[in-house]
Amino acid sequence: MKKMEIPLSEILGHGHLACAGCGAALAMRLTLKALGEKTVMVFPASCWSIIPGFWPYSSFHMTAIHAGFVTGGATASGIRAALDVRGDRETLVAVWAGDGGTFDIGLQSLSGAAERNEDFLYICNDNEGYMNTGTQRSSATPLLAWTTTTPVQKPKENPKKDIMAIMADHQIPYAATATIAYPEDFLRKMEKAKKIRGTRFIHLLSPCPPGWRIPSEVTVRISRLAVRSRVFPLYEIENGRSFTIQEESQVVPVKKYLKLQGRFSHLTERDIEETQKRVDEAWERLLRRARC
Amino acid sequence: MKKVITGNQAVAYGAILSRVDVISAYPITPQTTIVEELSELVASGRLNTKFLKVESEHSAMAALIGASTGGVRCFTATSSHGLAYMHEMLHWASGARLPIVMVNVNRALGPGWNIWSDQTDSLSQRDTGWIQLYCENNQEVLDTILQAYRIAESVKLPVMVVLDAFVLSHTSEAVEIPAMEEVDKFLPPCCLEYTIGTQESVAFSVITTPEYFFEFRYKIQKAMEQVPGIAKNVDDEFRSWFGRGYGAIERYGKEEAEVLLMTSGTVTSTSRIVIQKLVQKGYGVAGIKIKRFRPFPSEEIREAMKGAKKLAVIDRNLSVGIGGIFAQELRASLYSGEERPQVFGFVSGLGGRDITPELIEEAIQYTWEHRQPEEDILWLGLRK
Repeated sequence: MKKMEIPLSEILGHGHLACAGCGAALAMRLTLKALGEKTVMVFPASCWSIIPGFWPYSSFHMTAIHAGFVTGGATASGIRAALDVRGDRETLVAVWAGDGGTFDIGLQSLSGAAERNEDFLYICNDNEGYMNTGTQRSSATPLLAWTTTTPVQKPKENPKKDIMAIMADHQIPYAATATIAYPEDFLRKMEKAKKIRGTRFIHLLSPCPPGWRIPSEVTVRISRLAVRSRVFPLYEIENGRSFTIQEESQVVPVKKYLKLQGRFSHLTERDIEETQKRVDEAWERLLRRARC
Repeated sequence: MKKVITGNQAVAYGAILSRVDVISAYPITPQTTIVEELSELVASGRLNTKFLKVESEHSAMAALIGASTGGVRCFTATSSHGLAYMHEMLHWASGARLPIVMVNVNRALGPGWNIWSDQTDSLSQRDTGWIQLYCENNQEVLDTILQAYRIAESVKLPVMVVLDAFVLSHTSEAVEIPAMEEVDKFLPPCCLEYTIGTQESVAFSVITTPEYFFEFRYKIQKAMEQVPGIAKNVDDEFRSWFGRGYGAIERYGKEEAEVLLMTSGTVTSTSRIVIQKLVQKGYGVAGIKIKRFRPFPSEEIREAMKGAKKLAVIDRNLSVGIGGIFAQELRASLYSGEERPQVFGFVSGLGGRDITPELIEEAIQYTWEHRQPEEDILWLGLRK
């Protein structure tokens, strides 16, 4: 991958309340570098409702509007409309929502906005569960994973929802996956998305040390293994049709990714084989869609 | 200019004359023709208005919360299930101190599905921090929307303007439509102190600890307490511009009355005829029309009911377990006063059943003949 310069400016300040090793804190720092100060950030309920700090203090040095859990797509539509009426076409409206606020409770509002092709950048910070409330399953939680509502006696029975396919099939101009282990790729996608008009969607994988049962120092490593194992491939979809896959040269078995995480520690060899099979199938499906 | 228009058309004219910047709405019977009318007016390109055709009422209100935070004038309209679906966002709009104006066309909540008039939808939103204004005719609907923006933008609280399904929403009446230039003088463009882009970086609706939350809610109550004074000034000014005014309540009928009849919405129009007839027959009766439900006009009512021994209230709504909601509010507001007349709480016309002159007369007769009500809830027109 091409090397690029990462801006030195820091919009995320000191004293934020994220857990040690939080993937979402690293991701936000990079995001703010890419988007710059002429941005309005909408926060439907998620970990990032808390991380900036309690009123009247804030570590988040950019205009932020905290919003109802369900309302990411709708609130952003309204802010964009107000700015347009005021003649401000320059300010970027961005949404930062969790997987709960995107895959589950906020899906209707997001889908409505995407169908209208509302002009905003939507970032789904996916930590694969309701982590802000203490690790409950969401529809982004992977098959067989442990959460507090999918205990090891009966781990998650259903596979993760394919949010990228859902969003791309709204025929929005841009949808891309990204993760913190690949900051150049991450920034390039953010900058590309920033320049496009219409609904832009970034699916961001953010490892969560307490929720995934991993030590805080392995966040970046886990996020790299997610890509190398093809559990979370990096790719872009433009206008719902044009695919670009950032192929990883060093492919590793899924086992390597699973074994580092406490939330998968109950998996049997057969479970791991099954997971590998499903990951291979999903990869083939992605390639097929990309070729079409 | 006078035009013969429906209540829903009066709503659309009210919104357009207020030069709303952003509209966001989702269709529901009987509000639908408001959305259609506004779509036409916005599509004609004569207005600099953005209309977000969202996928639900919840999103309609959420989008206006975003837009209003962006410092522009916002409007929506809904009914019944749509209003109930917005409930969470109603709290959010008042908590964020946003001067949004919404019209609600009163309709019953299912099941069974029922599209007809019933106030339980708007009255069950009474604790959401919204000002609520009920209308009697189509002229009042249009005028109240214009006044609502002045009140909302002064106290930084949202306003719900309420009208009856079909009896107003789909019934045509002659309405005086003020000229845009006249309205512009009465209602200048909206301007918010704190909005996006005016400061370097601001945060809205941030997580707030017990140390501060309490005081924020206290401030909302204090703002609500300013409404009676501000609404009166706005109404007086409106009257001086346009020759029409409404007050928080209106008393009509005999000056010295033993029995008072309290109504809201279109039931008031029917009651006027009944009261007039009874006064002519020599009864000491009068009517009170309640226009403003939130904040509840306790002071105004106490003043208007002086000397009355009994108050009959007709509620086209029901809080199951206690009775009519206007009656309940009235009892609560009378309790601390010196004069405490008997309150006769009639519940009638649920799900849009007609509240006829005969039923209204029956309610007054009953109140006239009884020292006190025989039951907490007096069912008017119920088939047993």
